[in-house]
Amino acid sequence: MNGSHSLLEVEDLVARYPVGRGVVGAVTRQPKLEVRAVDGVSFSLDRGEMLALVGESGCGKTSTAQSVLRLIETSGGSIRFDGQEISGLSTKELRPLRRRMQIVYQDPYESLDPRFRVGATIEEPLEVHKVGSRQERREAVKAALELAGLTPAELYIDRYPHELSGGQRQRVAIAATLVLGPELLVADEPVSMLDVSVRAGILSILDELRDKGLAVLMITHDLSTAAHYADRIAVMYLGRIVEEGPTREVIENPQHPYTRALLSVVPKRDPRERGTPQILRGETPNSIHIPPWCRFQPRCPMAIADCKTVDPELRRPAASTHPEHRAACIRV
Amino acid sequence: MTTPLLEVEDLNVWFELPSGGELHAVRGISFELEAGERFGLVGESGCGKTTAMLSIMGLLPPNATVAGEVRLDGENILARGEETVSPHRWNDIAMVFQGAMNAFNPVKTVGSQIEEPMELHGIAEGRIARRQAEELLERVGIPKDRADRFPHEFSGGMRQRAAIAMALACEPRILLADEPTTALDVMVQAQILELLVSLAADFNLALLLVTHDLPIVAQVCDRAAVMYAGEVAESASIDALFHTPKHPYTRLLFAATPDLRAGGERVASIPGAPPRLDKPIVGCPFQPRCDRAFAPCPTETPLLKTVGERHVAACHLNDHVREPATA
Amino acid sequence: MSASIQGGAAAATEGVDVSASRRPRSIRQIALREPTAIAGLAIIAFFVLVALLEPILVTGDPKAKVGPIFEPPSATYPLGLDGGGANMVDLLMAGARVSLLVGFCAALVSAFIGGTVGLLAGFYGGKVDVTLMRMTDYVIVIPDIPLMIVAAALFGRSLTNIIIIIGIIYWTTTARLIRAQVLSVRERVYVKRARALGAGNGRLIFKHILPQVAPLLVANTVLLVAYAIFAETFITFLGLGDPSVISWGRLIENAFNDDAILNDAWWAIIPPGLCVTLVVLGATLFGQSLEDALNPRLRVGHLSVRRFKVRPLRGKLDAE
Repeated sequence: MNGSHSLLEVEDLVARYPVGRGVVGAVTRQPKLEVRAVDGVSFSLDRGEMLALVGESGCGKTSTAQSVLRLIETSGGSIRFDGQEISGLSTKELRPLRRRMQIVYQDPYESLDPRFRVGATIEEPLEVHKVGSRQERREAVKAALELAGLTPAELYIDRYPHELSGGQRQRVAIAATLVLGPELLVADEPVSMLDVSVRAGILSILDELRDKGLAVLMITHDLSTAAHYADRIAVMYLGRIVEEGPTREVIENPQHPYTRALLSVVPKRDPRERGTPQILRGETPNSIHIPPWCRFQPRCPMAIADCKTVDPELRRPAASTHPEHRAACIRV
Repeated sequence: MTTPLLEVEDLNVWFELPSGGELHAVRGISFELEAGERFGLVGESGCGKTTAMLSIMGLLPPNATVAGEVRLDGENILARGEETVSPHRWNDIAMVFQGAMNAFNPVKTVGSQIEEPMELHGIAEGRIARRQAEELLERVGIPKDRADRFPHEFSGGMRQRAAIAMALACEPRILLADEPTTALDVMVQAQILELLVSLAADFNLALLLVTHDLPIVAQVCDRAAVMYAGEVAESASIDALFHTPKHPYTRLLFAATPDLRAGGERVASIPGAPPRLDKPIVGCPFQPRCDRAFAPCPTETPLLKTVGERHVAACHLNDHVREPATA
Repeated sequence: MSASIQGGAAAATEGVDVSASRRPRSIRQIALREPTAIAGLAIIAFFVLVALLEPILVTGDPKAKVGPIFEPPSATYPLGLDGGGANMVDLLMAGARVSLLVGFCAALVSAFIGGTVGLLAGFYGGKVDVTLMRMTDYVIVIPDIPLMIVAAALFGRSLTNIIIIIGIIYWTTTARLIRAQVLSVRERVYVKRARALGAGNGRLIFKHILPQVAPLLVANTVLLVAYAIFAETFITFLGLGDPSVISWGRLIENAFNDDAILNDAWWAIIPPGLCVTLVVLGATLFGQSLEDALNPRLRVGHLSVRRFKVRPLRGKLDAE
């Protein structure tokens, strides 16, 4: 294991989906359309670090996470896991890597096969990768259940998913990822479908695992959750990262106009903190027709004429107070 | 003291279960809504807030039984069920549903669906209805030439705006909104909430916002009731709920909601789960999960007591307060 | 570490989800609760029992002549004698064996072909799907009766051939049904999750998709039994059946060939026809109720015109 690289290094990642032109479009030979879900994304993630990819729907955060795990096809860019380039590997070559990188999905009610008991669900990864003897597997399943907070494990092993609450099901899903001892965990909106009172319990598991050295890539639209748990935040818009940096820096000293607007409209708990939300007009455009200049320009409250001439790169803003703070805007 | 626009008193709803038992989903809740007021009904899944809201409109399924009163201008509209509540639907009380996809007929144009309630209630028809529908669309931020488009041609945020326009078609006095922004992005959510607030002000609408999202209620509403296990745990001005809660559930619910600026403060989680509603509940329903439970809690049901200016709470910690709450 | 123990205690006291609506119903549960399912199953069970007990109940050759041709029903022979003087009751029981055998076997052949085609098309998608579905479309278009006539003429009229012929005609609906179901199950999160942890196609198909699809396949197979028994009756009636076995179709065919109608011998025609009808009815009732129960979208309870009920306020006034 080389010591000088991050566990995960993503560079200029691109993922595009073709979109239908319709009969008229095909007949009139209109150019083939593509949704540019991920349009040049670069970031790195170290062990023991939690990076939150935040943004609204259509920004590409879920596509980015799935691309990193090679669950969807990419059209360009490089993905290096522990120093090894994985963007070109075949399904067969990827198989052993699947042990080291896992994903937890958003919907706890759909993540578990309703016909599998909890024990079988958690044992499945071990079966797939032919790890351990019968006895060793049972021990591993129990240990995973306890790590996920479902103790005593015996109480849960023989249950069916429909006998468990949403929070418990999500813990089972997490246990099923832990049983192989992964190094990278992608959590796609892990608590958005759970009641508020249950969320902290689930997130604290991820928190602790991070403290023990797991690298966590969390996808979320909830900025407050990201602000509380993540070490670093990357804000995405239309397939690109527009701002990134340590959490405190991005939350307290946002530089990109989109980040600022977004943070200003997040409702606060304290009714005395109503503030002046900066509500942008319109909605996020679709990612089919992206102009070659700043993609945020049409809705940007700070846009000037020059903004239509250049596609800004991520660089350290003048007013940033941390060396790792980056924003893609020519005006900051 | 003028009569409040809407008074809910001791509302109870039971559902017959296929297995034969009964689910007591709403267990005697009371609250009031003044004209032009923005009131939040907050709680987690299963607390009964949506059922309570549907009862106000009389939109309950056939296996439901309702008791208690819902008074509009002093008159109990639930007195004889469907017969007494249907004349008020859409005219006086209208509703915006969660995920407006469900509110629209996919094969009819949006404009025609806004005109439809106008025609049904005899408010306007033909060209006049058409013009009013277009005005409503403009008012909610949709260009009027979109009236001839179909629901699937609208984005999520636009559809929700159209659903609001449809709710306002018959000039109601009360607007019920069930999780109106849950499926929407945070920026679109801000737009919709801003729209609801400005409409409430312009049309002097009373707004009843039903949601699990506390921060939205904190930003939009004046007062709110926190529901738990089919009952009102606490009801007060939103400021009092956050700064001086008198029920542990209210306090813990806020503590379990992460906030952007709260920095290192630990986010709370509430262990356990709500009680089953198909069995009678003994004592305080929140007691098994409460961090301040003491002697009377497991066996005695706490009464709703007035603990401050228009502030009621049902918790034994307030037992030193003498008088019970007046409805 | 302490937080996870606390979390553990928390999770242990988290209540269980009581929404019964989420629990998947097993076939056994449906079969024993729905009245139509019970009725259908009872009918089929009756005939299966008769078919199984036939060697005991019938002594000797059922085709043996035991009296005059077309003798009407009497105490000894409750359903009379056929055009060859044989006991109708014995003949019906022997016929039950063959008709049911052909019905079940042909249904199984159809279910196997249709299930496999549907599974592969739905799972792999792309070119595999297009090719298989095009093939299915071609088979649907072929008219079944003429094909069966031609096949019987070409390949001989043995029982095995009959089973195969029926089997290869009727798999198309199953294929489409299973394909649709597989397409939907394939997109479910738990299948994607299994794939994400490295499971191969074999595991995904046999451990995750097939179990989910199996109940519908079973329900559909029961319906196929109805089709198959009817098809066998029809083929045999046309004279294309296996000449060495007795089936209900053969009994009807014989009755016609022996001019039963001219002889007013209703007992030679109606009973076999009735048996076929009853078994087809039973299979349809059972299969249909299974499909309805497994396919929740077919429920229309929400269209009821009944309204919610109002209960007078109690307790508050009583207490005073």
